[in-house]
Amino acid sequence: MRLREAGGNALAIVAVPALAVLLGLVAGAVVMIISNSLSTGVTDLTLPLGAYGSMLAGSVTGLDELVRTVSEAAPLILAGLSVGIGFKAGLFNIGANGQYLMGALGAAGTAAAVSAWSPWAAIPMALGAGMLAGTVYGFIPGALKAWTGAHEVVTTIMLNFIAAATIAYLVTGPLRTPGASFARTGDVGNAALPIIIGRQTGTGDLGILFALAAVPLAWLLLSRSVLGFEIRTTGANPSAALYAGMRPGRLIILTMSLCGLLAGLAGAGQVLGISHFISASYSTSVGFDAITVALLGRAHPIGILFAALLFGLMRAGSALMQIRERVPVEIIDVIQAVILLFLAADIIVRTIFRIRTERGGVEELKTVTRTYGGAA
Amino acid sequence: MMEFFYGIPVLGLFVQLAAYLVQIVPGIAPIMLAISVPLAFGALCGIMNERSGVVNIGIEGMMLLAAFFGFIAAGFAAGSAELETSGPFGVTLPIVFGVAVAVLVAVLLSALHAWLSITIRTDQIISGTIINIAALGLTGYLNRIFISPNPRLGAGTFRTWGPPDWLTDLPVVGWLFNMFLKQGPIAMSLIVFVILLQVLLFRSRWGLRTRAVGEHPRAADTLGINVFALRYRNVILGGVFAGLAGAFLTLEQTGSFQNGMTAGRGFIALACVIFGRWTPIGAFGAALLFAGADAFGRTVRLIPPSGDLAPLGDILGTVPAQFYGVLPYLVTIIVLAGAVGRSVPPAADGQPYVKEGEGG
Repeated sequence: MRLREAGGNALAIVAVPALAVLLGLVAGAVVMIISNSLSTGVTDLTLPLGAYGSMLAGSVTGLDELVRTVSEAAPLILAGLSVGIGFKAGLFNIGANGQYLMGALGAAGTAAAVSAWSPWAAIPMALGAGMLAGTVYGFIPGALKAWTGAHEVVTTIMLNFIAAATIAYLVTGPLRTPGASFARTGDVGNAALPIIIGRQTGTGDLGILFALAAVPLAWLLLSRSVLGFEIRTTGANPSAALYAGMRPGRLIILTMSLCGLLAGLAGAGQVLGISHFISASYSTSVGFDAITVALLGRAHPIGILFAALLFGLMRAGSALMQIRERVPVEIIDVIQAVILLFLAADIIVRTIFRIRTERGGVEELKTVTRTYGGAA
Repeated sequence: MMEFFYGIPVLGLFVQLAAYLVQIVPGIAPIMLAISVPLAFGALCGIMNERSGVVNIGIEGMMLLAAFFGFIAAGFAAGSAELETSGPFGVTLPIVFGVAVAVLVAVLLSALHAWLSITIRTDQIISGTIINIAALGLTGYLNRIFISPNPRLGAGTFRTWGPPDWLTDLPVVGWLFNMFLKQGPIAMSLIVFVILLQVLLFRSRWGLRTRAVGEHPRAADTLGINVFALRYRNVILGGVFAGLAGAFLTLEQTGSFQNGMTAGRGFIALACVIFGRWTPIGAFGAALLFAGADAFGRTVRLIPPSGDLAPLGDILGTVPAQFYGVLPYLVTIIVLAGAVGRSVPPAADGQPYVKEGEGG
């Protein structure tokens, strides 16, 4: 009896996200057909099949493809955990983008300076600098919220823009490597993360391991540590947390710093593992994809892992899709938006598929708006 | 006479800054107002929402989608034909059509936000964020499909009106006429909407009811006000302003569309709402302040302080250009950190209303 309940419960937890993904893919197909027919005048109903088919062909059909999928998923896992842990504390970290950028900047700048060191010293140095930069960039909105009540959604968005401008300034100025034809940082040299799996087109660097290791660590932190308990309590009921002697202000700062660290590590991993330098116009959308990942994974580390793998798969396969079917890779952003919509309005999913269960999902994150504008 | 103070250490620099501002503001005033237009319209949207108790963080996305669809609609309506322009603003049918489409798109998105946050009672910040992410994704995708292959797409922009010289040449106040009248139709309508909304919000039955619903929905309900209907109406009407903000960007200011061109204006607008203490005139003032910071940053690089003001120019010249670019974002953070807590939002802001006995 208990077992069946538990089984039913697990199904209920997975059902809505899974169906939201399904509806997202269907909506993506409709958008593909309509926009293709409007722009070329040809209505091709099989276009979505070809597009999704080549997306799969480019992401799961061999070792190279699978490694590429996991490699694309790695930053999404870390940034997704960043957003997800924030959710658990009742904080909405839209600043993962900026924290990622600062992590990338810190890692790229430091790596260029220590590129001649032994890898054993250069890698930890550059990674540490990236994580530190991300942590500081998470600390700022946390402290602003704890000390002044400024809502993190607006401050982190502003910080995202400021991060991009900081990169533009530093990479065109002090960090610019001499002799390059465009403004960029020096090569990371010995600070580059070693390749651990794959060959030729699909290679996976050490960054994959960091991301995969972060999942159980985040789970341990949230469910098995005092800090995790305090985070969850503050998120669920701040007044109860205050009454129990926890200090919400301190927790907000700590949690946001941790969010920054994770997103910063994601950025550092990308630079040291894949791009090996950053240009003045370096930008990303990882922080926004991470919001979808965290919501789809219901802010649970395991859920985030699977959600990130799903989007990693789409990103990895999208290049082949664009070449074969001429469907722009931006279709993923459309699918992502529709998935988000169905997750938020899970009542639509429940009505379409006639699911009768307790409402869950985004409902459990119903703590975010509370602190907007007014006293925290 | 002022020059006497310029030599004083530190303080002298502030006097120089004041003198520099007096020198440049009349010249850049029309640009300042133009920069403030999308911010102020966004803020009016925010006020309509928050005064009735709904937080709308999706203004940015509404603006972006409105800007995109307004541009596309006007562009395809214009086709490749040469168009007759009429009136002082260079009004053409395609541009007007584009504005209408922009407003319609923002209104539809507002209806979605209203449904999600009032009926479904989704977390309102998440609902708004979905609109923002969807806007970035959808416009990026459609831009690639419809605009990239048609580089000549576009219907142009409204023209700005040139007020007569005798008005702008008036001593002392002439530059104010220049500021408010050397504008296109959407910018000029802003002033009307700001005053209209200010009066309606504080002097009309609708305004009293709206504020009641935002402060204490239960009390308003007890007095026979339909909380849900009023919130729906205000959130949806607020979309008109977000639509005008978007239309301004593509159909009055630039005449083109770029991905992510709203560049955080929807969020700066929210800071304007808070800084302006949830009043239309206050928010407009805040928008002018932000626009001033922006215009100042651009002007310093073009016309740096010189002559007697050279010491100030030297100092401002050492500041990297990117710093001036992020000035509006920095000011937003400072405003939020400084004003929140001191300025009090509507009491029921962001709280979904549940009728008594219906459960939560």
